[in-house]
Amino acid sequence: MIDEGRAIFLQIAESIEDAIVDGSLPEESQAPSTNELAAFHRINPATAAKGVNMLVDKGVLYKRRGIGMFVAAGAQEQLRGERRAAFADRFIDPLLAEARALGLDADDLTTLIQRRYTTTAEGTAR
Amino acid sequence: MSPVIEVQNLTKRYHDTVAVDDVSFTIQEDTIYGLLGRNGAGKTTIMSILTAQNFATSGEVRVFGENPYENAHVLSQMCFVRESQKYPDDALPKHAFETARLFFPNWDQEFAERLIADFQLPLKTRIKKLSRGQLSAVGVIIGLAARARITFFDEPYLGLDAVARQIFYDRLLEDYTEHPRTVILSSHLIDEVSNLIERVLVIDRGKIIMDEATDAVRDRAATIVGDTTAVEAFVADREVLHRESLGRVSSVTVLGTLTAAERASLAAKGLDVGPVSLQQLIVRVTQHAAEAADAAATAAPIDEGALR
Repeated sequence: MIDEGRAIFLQIAESIEDAIVDGSLPEESQAPSTNELAAFHRINPATAAKGVNMLVDKGVLYKRRGIGMFVAAGAQEQLRGERRAAFADRFIDPLLAEARALGLDADDLTTLIQRRYTTTAEGTAR
Repeated sequence: MSPVIEVQNLTKRYHDTVAVDDVSFTIQEDTIYGLLGRNGAGKTTIMSILTAQNFATSGEVRVFGENPYENAHVLSQMCFVRESQKYPDDALPKHAFETARLFFPNWDQEFAERLIADFQLPLKTRIKKLSRGQLSAVGVIIGLAARARITFFDEPYLGLDAVARQIFYDRLLEDYTEHPRTVILSSHLIDEVSNLIERVLVIDRGKIIMDEATDAVRDRAATIVGDTTAVEAFVADREVLHRESLGRVSSVTVLGTLTAAERASLAAKGLDVGPVSLQQLIVRVTQHAAEAADAAATAAPIDEGALR
């Protein structure tokens, strides 16, 4: 849900992006309306609108007059590309920092990742 | 969007006390504002003057471009829900609602009835005999159902329990979405209202010390926690709002949004970065303003946490 210390409109935009990246909000489907977002997250509708408009400016959502906001074609690939570019900074760097503090080297990490990759893939296969 | 209220150089003096000290601000149409500040900061005085229930010592107030004093056209479009609203001794809640219905042109009776049910307000008990929370509910119901173009809620929920407050926030947000209007909400429970308010006005000692979009201030400050030497090195050239330490660990709240590079460098040094909620930020900024004022004048003790 909404965390402290970060602009709410950014968190709203991210929550919609998450749904597009994981496929639960497919391309060309209708995105939640500003009022639905405001009611669900209990936030000011103007703030929700700011988050939605940010995604319109990015080309992730587009407006159909009188109907609402829809997910643009190619939005999923666009967002995945952005997230892959940020993946190392967001996830690998903190992982390495903790691993170094614990005295784990790159080989230990590779082994751990491979083992976990296989076990979690069984559990979460869709 | 256009301003519905314009205030220029407003000052209010009570004998030797300056309650409102030369403030200027505008209130935009169809926006929910949080008017925040400590007790005695001047919030109620400002709201009373805007609704023509009190006189300014000097300065100018315009509501919908007009002077609000004895101006029925303007006053019927404003609703001021006071914390300590007085009602006639033998009045029942239904009398208060009937009066409000006559006075406010946009009054929605169905909505009022729904709110009465939501708040489980007994209609046949004299207002004098209601509990503090039920009394607050009467004001909240009038403020919402009046659907005035500008509604002031001055600490509207004294005695309301957490469930009733959530009902208030939810109904306010729902009804605002369907019927956009200007709402000015004065509150001490800043964290509870921080997601509802689009703009924040913070008043301290009669002066406005913050007038900004709420979202813009959410990442305005951060708390850096870790080894004292490393923390102090990082905060050396920043504006420090608050400082605490325990042994070799320090927690320092600094003003200014951190860049991604700064966050990475903090992480590399093993320092933690914590968010600062709107409430914490306002407490810190208010204390900081007070310290600065005291440093300029004479020293006075600071009452920590009194904003809550």
